[in-house]
Amino acid sequence: MKILTAFAAGALFTGGLAISGMTQPEKVLGFLDVSGSWDASLMFVMVGAIGVHFTARRLLSSMKKPVFAHAFHTFASTKIDARLIGGAALFGLGWGLSGYCPGPVIASSVVSGRPVLVFVAAMVLGMAAWEIIQRLRSVDTNEEIIADVAVPAPRVGTDAS
Amino acid sequence: MIGLSATMFWFLNGRVAGISGVFGDLVLGRAEARAPKGAFVVGMLVAAILFGLAMPSAFGASPRSIFTLGIAGVCVGVGTRMGNGCTSGHGVCGISRFSLRSVIATMTFMLVAGITVFLVDHVWRIS
Repeated sequence: MKILTAFAAGALFTGGLAISGMTQPEKVLGFLDVSGSWDASLMFVMVGAIGVHFTARRLLSSMKKPVFAHAFHTFASTKIDARLIGGAALFGLGWGLSGYCPGPVIASSVVSGRPVLVFVAAMVLGMAAWEIIQRLRSVDTNEEIIADVAVPAPRVGTDAS
Repeated sequence: MIGLSATMFWFLNGRVAGISGVFGDLVLGRAEARAPKGAFVVGMLVAAILFGLAMPSAFGASPRSIFTLGIAGVCVGVGTRMGNGCTSGHGVCGISRFSLRSVIATMTFMLVAGITVFLVDHVWRIS
């Protein structure tokens, strides 16, 4: 059941991306290009997704644990540091250069052919490079913790991944 | 649908539906929760194949050259791991729970992406 629901969630995610236009890099670049002919429609996609997820988390906030897992997994870090800002900036650079962020590009990898595969391979390389650097410095990259509270009513300063 | 997907993954599997995290953990061989993360990505790919057949117009090509895409891919790979999240993890899941880190990360990557598009399309005019 756990596997099946995760599969369904993944499929639904792709559905949302494909229907909203996130898998069309031209459209994404049009959204990011506020100086040209700005295509604001993707803003509504993001606001819509946040709205749904936020509302659901509020409504279900009394749940002690997930249906098919032992605990909610969230992240310990609350630091606003150079690593967070630097990483986000680097990601923004790559997103603006290509029109692809991880979700859409992974979905597109089985449809859109070679250019996307080059991007995905480069992305994996980048992820591995960061992992290797972190291991050399012996830093744990994902200080994942098990949330000891139920669903936190929106908690300030936890991390996403 | 994206919000619903994130909601399912959180309340059924107890995980944040952040794609760079889920995908990165898998390709980097992190053992933690491999099964649900793997199933999530397989679900994404199967749905993509079906959508690709049913509505091919939903998938477009990037106007950029292969070379630019390669550079961009490395930036996205390093950046999302370094900053612990991408559009889904910080932008959707993080903001939904008022994570200050996520709000700041999202503002940063949207701003930098906007500046990049402006420079590439209107100043340097490269592909």
